[in-house]
Amino acid sequence: MGKFFAITIVVIALASAVPIVRHTWAPPPNISVHGAAIDDQISDTMVEAGLSFLAAQFVLAFFVWKFSNRPGDAKITKFPGGAKGLVIAAFILVGTEVLALGILGQKAWASVYFTPPATNAIPIQVQAGQFAFYFRYPGADGKFGPLHPEKIDEANQNFYGLDVDHDPDSKDDIVTAELAIPVNRDVHLLLHSKDLGHSFYVRELRIQQDFVPGLDLSLHFTATTPGKYEIVCTQLCGLGHYNMKAYLEVMSQEDFDKWLAQQAALQ
Amino acid sequence: MKARYKFLTGSSVVLLLAFSLLFSTRNVSAAAEGKISGTIKLEGTAPHQKPIDMSKEPSCQKIHEGHPVTTETVVAGASGGLQNVVVYISEGLPVAASSEVSAETPTFDQKGCQYIPHVLALDVNQHFKVVNSDQTSHNIHPMPAPGGGNHEWNKSQPPGSAPFDVAWTAPEVAVHVKCNIHPWMSGYMAVVKGPYGVSDNNGSFTINNVPPGNYTLTAWQESYGTQTQKVSVSAGKPAAGDFTFKAK
Repeated sequence: MGKFFAITIVVIALASAVPIVRHTWAPPPNISVHGAAIDDQISDTMVEAGLSFLAAQFVLAFFVWKFSNRPGDAKITKFPGGAKGLVIAAFILVGTEVLALGILGQKAWASVYFTPPATNAIPIQVQAGQFAFYFRYPGADGKFGPLHPEKIDEANQNFYGLDVDHDPDSKDDIVTAELAIPVNRDVHLLLHSKDLGHSFYVRELRIQQDFVPGLDLSLHFTATTPGKYEIVCTQLCGLGHYNMKAYLEVMSQEDFDKWLAQQAALQ
Repeated sequence: MKARYKFLTGSSVVLLLAFSLLFSTRNVSAAAEGKISGTIKLEGTAPHQKPIDMSKEPSCQKIHEGHPVTTETVVAGASGGLQNVVVYISEGLPVAASSEVSAETPTFDQKGCQYIPHVLALDVNQHFKVVNSDQTSHNIHPMPAPGGGNHEWNKSQPPGSAPFDVAWTAPEVAVHVKCNIHPWMSGYMAVVKGPYGVSDNNGSFTINNVPPGNYTLTAWQESYGTQTQKVSVSAGKPAAGDFTFKAK
């Protein structure tokens, strides 16, 4: 019975590794400059964690195979070599592993969060609220007008609470339901939540960032492939969470200018 | 045998009496009641109604392809007629008339991610049906004023699900309704006592079944608020009740 159990462990471990090695559930193609580094990082993590997983399962199977059919009174009372050494070894091994992954990945992370956006980056404000995303472009003056939450009036399409009659900076702001960006140009997103925790996730961009109520979060990226992609909320936010989405459209600079002019005319 | 005939004759007489009574009262009331009709005008230019981007909900966006919808805070016709104005009698109605509840069961439909009608007028305790004609889930979230006689509720309605049958228990002009899944959706329910009318796309409205008398007539528009005027109704002759709202 013990030997059968050991074989089962090995079979399950190997079978679960097959779809990962064969890339059965590969993510959609990356469309951002920093995405390749994120993919490498995920790949490194998978290899490292996968090998550790397999090794642990094989060791487990070996012990089950070797010691399973011993008589009932033949208990192991002492850990061979003592537990102290093993704990120190595990501490060093796991610590090194986590540190190594962190050092390897810091460049990919920093390129989105810690390096300043390019000087010609387009600033776009992203507002998440139950249960939709809205986007704001600063218009010709390059400035976002102040927000007045008490002026939010969704029946009048004022999702941000702008006061265009009194704030000159708000006058040319463009609020849209879709996120359009030019290809191959840095985009600087400023994320804030209207109500509670949400998340901005675009699989193809390899970006997933939570909205934290009360915080203005900043990140930047450059998209490399034109197309239409889904933006979804990946932080459970209420009954309409499943339907909280918007679309990202990556287009040529020319199309983007046209689109933005069109949206400005609709304000 | 005899007892049975007695019962039959007795019950037929009762039925006959009941029907004749019903018809006689009907004729009398119809002849004695008047009506109020009029036109709501908008003076000045209606504020710009912003187009609605429904890209978040492709099934709704498809319905409006080629003719984008706009907000409906002020809907004015070409001739200056103001639509979606609720007109009702706010003072002077006898108790019997003000406690009468319309027997109609109107529908508050969610179609193309919009409320149809945009403004629904109702009597207190009048039942209405909330219908979802869309291929997406909606949640109906009416927000009556806190502390009043009506209570806020919030229910979701997946596509293809059965209509809700609901009613409001207190007068309130008006209860704002929104959908949290589609933030651009906005509608109103005006709950009044007694007869009411809602202006059409020409700004015209008619209030039927008004007993003769002197009343205060109130008109409500979602952006411009209320206006009142005195009106005197006599039997058989429609009274006029025109209103003019000034564009802000």
